[in-house]
Amino acid sequence: MNTIKTKNILPESVNTPSRFRNPIGKYLVKRNSRCAACGLCAELCPYGVHIKPEGYSRPLPPRSHLCIGTACAGNDFYCVKRCPNQALSVNLNPTLQALGDYRWTPEMLIGHWHMAETGELPRVDLEYSLGSSGGGFDKMRFRIPDAADYLDINDEDIDTSLNLNRRGDGRPQKVLSLPCYGGGMSFGSTALPVIVGRARAATRLNTMTCTGEGGYPPEFLPYAEHVVTQVATGLFGVREETIQNAPVVEFKYAQGAKPGLGGHLLGDKVTPEVAAIRETVVGSSLFSPFPFHSVYSVEDHKKHVDWIKEINPRALVSIKVSTPSDADMVAVGSYYAGAHIIHFDGSYGGTGAAPDIAKKNIAMPIEYAIPRIHRFLKEEGIRDQVCLMASGGIRNAMDAAKAIALGADGVVIGTADLVALDCIRCGKCESGRGCARGIASTDPELGYMINEEYAEQRIVNMYLAWRKQWCQLLRQYGLRSMKELVGRSDLLVNMDYLDEAERSKYPEAPKNKLVI
Amino acid sequence: MPKKYHIETKAAPPRFLAVGKFSTVEFREDCAGSCRQCVKKKCVYNVYKDSYQHVITMDEPEFLYICQSCFRCVQECTKGIFSPVINPEYTLMGDEYWQPEIINQTWFQAHTGRIPVSGAGYRGLFSGAGFDAMWTDMSEIVRPTRDGIHGREYISTSIELSRKPMRLIFDKEGNLPVSLPEIVEIPLPVILQPPAFGVLSQKELLAMAGAAQKLHTLMLIDAKDYSSSFTGFDGTMVPRLDAANYKEYVDIICKSRMVEMVDSSGIEREFATLRGFKPGLLISVGLPLDASAASRALELTGTGVDVLHFYAEDNGRETGSSNPRTLRDMIREIHRKLVDGKVRPTVNLLFSGGIAMAEHMAKAVICGADGVVVDIPMLIALECRLCGRCKRGESCPVDIGDIYVAWGVQRIVNLIGAWHNQLLEVMGACGIREVRRLRGEVGRALFLEDLERESFAPIFGQRKVPCG
Repeated sequence: MNTIKTKNILPESVNTPSRFRNPIGKYLVKRNSRCAACGLCAELCPYGVHIKPEGYSRPLPPRSHLCIGTACAGNDFYCVKRCPNQALSVNLNPTLQALGDYRWTPEMLIGHWHMAETGELPRVDLEYSLGSSGGGFDKMRFRIPDAADYLDINDEDIDTSLNLNRRGDGRPQKVLSLPCYGGGMSFGSTALPVIVGRARAATRLNTMTCTGEGGYPPEFLPYAEHVVTQVATGLFGVREETIQNAPVVEFKYAQGAKPGLGGHLLGDKVTPEVAAIRETVVGSSLFSPFPFHSVYSVEDHKKHVDWIKEINPRALVSIKVSTPSDADMVAVGSYYAGAHIIHFDGSYGGTGAAPDIAKKNIAMPIEYAIPRIHRFLKEEGIRDQVCLMASGGIRNAMDAAKAIALGADGVVIGTADLVALDCIRCGKCESGRGCARGIASTDPELGYMINEEYAEQRIVNMYLAWRKQWCQLLRQYGLRSMKELVGRSDLLVNMDYLDEAERSKYPEAPKNKLVI
Repeated sequence: MPKKYHIETKAAPPRFLAVGKFSTVEFREDCAGSCRQCVKKKCVYNVYKDSYQHVITMDEPEFLYICQSCFRCVQECTKGIFSPVINPEYTLMGDEYWQPEIINQTWFQAHTGRIPVSGAGYRGLFSGAGFDAMWTDMSEIVRPTRDGIHGREYISTSIELSRKPMRLIFDKEGNLPVSLPEIVEIPLPVILQPPAFGVLSQKELLAMAGAAQKLHTLMLIDAKDYSSSFTGFDGTMVPRLDAANYKEYVDIICKSRMVEMVDSSGIEREFATLRGFKPGLLISVGLPLDASAASRALELTGTGVDVLHFYAEDNGRETGSSNPRTLRDMIREIHRKLVDGKVRPTVNLLFSGGIAMAEHMAKAVICGADGVVVDIPMLIALECRLCGRCKRGESCPVDIGDIYVAWGVQRIVNLIGAWHNQLLEVMGACGIREVRRLRGEVGRALFLEDLERESFAPIFGQRKVPCG
C-alpha cells in the first residue's frame, strides 16, 4: 500500500500563547488574600497554572486556562487541597455563560484555543468535537471500533495527504499533506496579517489558502504555490497575472452563508488599501452580483473553465458552489466542464457579512449534500476522477473526518482558522471598524493587532493537533490513509437512527440552553 | 413603465434604551487603579464612556446595554476584574417561541429599516419545529431568472385578494353573461391586524392603520374599535364582523373594500346580503386553524368568499389540540386539500399567529399561503418587550399607549420594509420573480424530513426519533 511519510513534511508545533493577557479557560482559579506567597502551588502544579518566578515575592496571577479543574481533586498535587492557607479555589468559569453559541460551544472554542496555543489536544475535560446544535454532525458518531482492527503504528506512518488532480489530464499532480485547505477570505473582510499568516501556515503545512474575492495582495507572492486565486462574481482584483500565479483557480459561484446572493463587503471596511486592490471607491459598499452574469448554462461555465486553463496551463480548476436541491447535477455538470475540484459550501458556512435570513434559511446543510453527491458521482462512474471538497459548518477535526466518511475527499476550513487566532465568534465582523479583536478588520489600528508570525504558528499548531485526532481515528479502524476513509459511511452512526440501548453507548452532545 | 413598489424607510430611533444582551460585571475592589492601561478607555464600542454618560445624566441604571461582548476588556484588564454576563433582563423577554433574539432583531429593523446583516456563520440550532425544519432552495448556474441582489427591482411581491373564476364561459353571442369580480391586489403578501393584547390606546391602532395605508396594504380591525378616528383610512381598514352583528355596521361596510366575517355555520348565506350593501365587496372569512380547518376551507371555497383567513395560536401552532401541529404543516394540509379539490386558484389563503420573522412570510407562501397577517411584530416594533405586564393589568415599561403616531407609523413601515427586502433576497436566491409563483412551490424548498430520508436513510437505516 502506498503511504507517504509525513515526518519530514509537517512542521513542528511551537507554544504560542494567546495575544490577550487573560486567556479564557473552562475553569477559574482564584487566589485570595490569605495567600502567604509560600510558592507551594507553583512547585506542585504540573500544568503551569501557578508560577512564582525566581526573585518574585508573590506568585503571578493563576493561569486558569491551563487548569484541568475539579478532575484534579484526586491528585496529590491538587493545589486547592494542598494550600496551607486555603487561599485557592477552582470553579467553573462563569464567563462561559456569555461565550459561544449552539454551533461553536464555549468548550469547542476553548479547546481550539488550546490546540492553537500548544499544538496538542486539550488535557482539560472539554467537549471540542461536538456542538449543541442538535443535528447534522452533532448527531453523528464514529461507530465503536473493533479492538481487533487497531493498527499499532505511529502518526508519521499514517497518510493524510490529498490529491487534488484525479482527472489524469496531464496537469500537475497537486498533493497536499492534509485533507483540507483554507477557504476564501478576502483582503477587506479580513486583516492583511491574518490572510498572509494563513498563507504562511499553508506553506509550512503543505496545504493551501485562498484569496477570496478581495484580490491578490503582493504579500502573497512568496507563498504563491500555496495560494488559490478565487474568481468570484464581482471579479475584484482578478487579473491575468493573479491567475497565472496560482496553482489552483477557484470559481466561486456561490457561498454557503449566503447562497444565491453575491459577496457583501460593507462600506466602512472599504479602506483606501482595500479599494485600491479591488479597483473601486473608498467607503462604497461592495455587493457582488449573483451569479456570473456571463454564465447562463453549463456550456458557458465550460467556457470559463477553458479560459482559465488557457491563461494558466498548469492551473487546476476548482468550482465552488452552494448546496441546492440539485447539487448532484451541478457536480456532474462541473465535472464535464473540466473541473478538477468540486467544492460544495453548505448553508451553515462562515462569512464576513451576510443577511441573517440567508445564513439560516437558504440551501441545505452540507451533511445532507455530501452523501447524495458522492452517491450520484459514483453512479455516473466519475467519482474517482474528481476531488470532492466539502465546507460550510465544518468546525473541527471530527466534523472533517465525518464529512470524509460521508463521501468527501477533503474539507475546506475557514472559521476554525480564525478561532485559532482568538476569534470568539461575536459576529460583529461586518461593519464599522470591524472586528474588535483585530481579525476581521481593515481598520488602521485594529487590523494590525495580529502579526503574521503569530497567525502562522497558531494555525500550524491547530492543524497539527487536528492531525493527531485524525491519526488516532484512522488507527482505530485499521486504516493507514485518509483516502481509505472516503465514503466509509458504514463507520458512522446517527443518534436519531439508533435504539435507545444502542444510543446510550455513545457520548451525548452537550445540551446547553444558550441565549443567542 | 409602471411605478415600482418601494417602501420608504427612515431611521426611527427607540424612545427607550433597548434591552441589550450582554452586560459586564466589575469586581472593582480588585482594580489596580493606577495601572494606566485601563481597558475602559480603549473600548472599541465606547460602551464605558456611553454608560458613564447615562449615569451622570441619571437616565438609566448602569447596565452596559450596548456591549457587543468582544471580551477585550475581560481579557486585557491587567487585574482581570471584568466578567461578562448575559443581561438577565434580556432573558426575561418573550417566551419559548418569541425569543429575545427575535425581539431584538425586530427592534433593529423597526429602528433602521435595514436587513439584519452580521458576520460569522449561523449560530443557532441545526433545525427545529415547523418553519425551522425547512430551507428555501437556490438556483446555482443554469436557471433563467437569476438576478440576485441586482435584479430586485424586477421581482414582484404583489398578491391578489379577490376570488377568481376557474374559467370564462361565453354565451352564443360571445359575450360574458356574468360580470367578473374586480381584481384587487396588494403589493406585498402581508396584511396587518392589531394583536390580542398590548393595544393600550387608539394611538397604536392609528399607527398600525397609518402604516398599512403607507404600505398600500390592509388592516383588520374589530368593528367595535372602528371609530371616527379612522376617517381617511377607509380603503385600508377591513372591519371584522360576525353573522349576529354585521347589520349594525352597514355604514362601515359601505366604505370598506373588504370585510372579514367570523366563521359560523351557514355564514356563506350572508354573503349576498353583504354584497347587497356594497356590490363588489371583498369578503374574507376568519376561522380557527384547527383540525377541521382544511375540510371547512373546501366547503367554503366557491361560495363567493374571496379570502380565508386562518387564525393559529400566537406560537404558530394549531388551535384546540392537545398535540398541536405547526403552521408549516397546517398550511401545507389546507393548500393540498384545495389543490386536490381542484379549487385552489379560486380562493386566497391568509394565515396569522406566530408570523414572527421575514423568513416565516417566505416559508408560509412556499407552503401554500397567499399571504400572512402580521400582528405581534407590530407591537414589538413599537418597543414592546413581550413582558406580559399588560396582560396582568400592570403598567407598560415602555408606555406603549403614549407613542407619537407618526413615529409609530415609521417604525412599522421600517419593519415591514426590512421584511420586504428579505423576501426579495430569498426570492432572488430562489430565482423566482413573482411571489404568486412562489405560492405552494414546494419544489423551491427543502424539508427536513425529505432530506433525512433521501440523504441519511440509505446510510443510517430507519429513523428512531421523530423529526422536529
